[in-house]
Amino acid sequence: MGCTPEGVANALRGAAAVIAEHRAELIELDRAIGDGDHGENMNRGFQAVVAALDSALPETPGGVLKLAATTLISKVGGAAGPLYGTAFLRASTVVSNQPELGAAEVVAALRAGLEGVRARGKAVEGDKTMVDALLPAVAAAEKAGGGDVAAVLSAAAEGAATGAESTVDLVARKGRASYLGERSAGHLDPGARSTSLLLAAFAEAAR
Amino acid sequence: MSVGLVLVSHSAKLAEGVAEVAAQMAPDVTIVPAGGLPGGGIGTDYDSVVAAVQRADSGSGVVLLYDLGSAQMTAELAVESLADPSAVGVADAPLVEGTVAAAVAAQNGADRAGVLEAATAAAAPPELAAPAEQATDCVELTLTNEVGLHARPAAVLARSLAELEAEVSVRLGDQEADAHSVLALMALGARKGDRIEVRAGGPQAAEALRVVQDLVEDNFGDPA
Repeated sequence: MGCTPEGVANALRGAAAVIAEHRAELIELDRAIGDGDHGENMNRGFQAVVAALDSALPETPGGVLKLAATTLISKVGGAAGPLYGTAFLRASTVVSNQPELGAAEVVAALRAGLEGVRARGKAVEGDKTMVDALLPAVAAAEKAGGGDVAAVLSAAAEGAATGAESTVDLVARKGRASYLGERSAGHLDPGARSTSLLLAAFAEAAR
Repeated sequence: MSVGLVLVSHSAKLAEGVAEVAAQMAPDVTIVPAGGLPGGGIGTDYDSVVAAVQRADSGSGVVLLYDLGSAQMTAELAVESLADPSAVGVADAPLVEGTVAAAVAAQNGADRAGVLEAATAAAAPPELAAPAEQATDCVELTLTNEVGLHARPAAVLARSLAELEAEVSVRLGDQEADAHSVLALMALGARKGDRIEVRAGGPQAAEALRVVQDLVEDNFGDPA
């Protein structure tokens, strides 16, 4: 079974619920090494995505992803707005106007999202950013590419979770946390954590 | 019309303050601050930046300057979303110095590439090296205006020399600045009562010296 516009919209609604549930946790993580607004910003952005989807559901999965992108760019702010916005925008572009997405398209969308984040944030693996969650997520998704959408997303979620955990020991080299230098080690990166939460929500929706 | 500037900052006050400083040196340039969140908080707002770019564009293009990382991302994303991204550039420059240099370049009629280059060059320490080796003429002047070679007078001086075919330097003590660079002039820290030595070379050297002399004697247009 592939994903329809309704399916993608439901995955985003699930993501909004998970972000709302973990709002305080993301705030705490960001307060330790950033400016403390990540949870609030992400929650505001995803609630706005849900509101936008409720008022008019686009006709293609790509259209749904694009609506999410523009909403996140406008509502999230901070670094996460342009980063997640770019990820969803690139994902929407790569699936163009297809009426339904199969496993291969989902993998391509994840890959495009990763490339968008890398280009926008100019971060590489090991910088203690969302790239550290997204990169292993895409690698795992590509490995599971032969399966169905649920298998791809579940592999991506596992990859992201492991990748996010790996940021604890890293010293930040990007963003506000990089000004802390060595003091940034010992904390989970909030962006990597939110990436992991989003992919877990997508996997759950596809199950 | 001159190139417009947009200042993308996490703080509305910061963007407005930098715009205020730069506007003093570039009265005809449109400088639009885009700082903070719509509700007044700290952060960068994509929609405000896009709106600011539209306001700043009078047809000659726009250059954006930013303070910290996510402001850069917001600026770059806004540029990519425009119908014609080639009319707009994001300057990789320190916000205050870059904006001042960009504003003066725009005031002097530089195109988008020239304004971007001026902003980027501001990241390097001001040129204190002497361009005066071929100097043919020299004049000593005493600054009588209240603020010396501070921001506005420095900008007026650099601007007045822009059209002339002459290399001009200003010396104060053992420091020498390229008179075409506002930042270099300001770095001299010349104050009221200081005696500066102005050297000029090139085809219009004599005229350049006369221009500087007139400006100093006129207190750069300020009341004495």
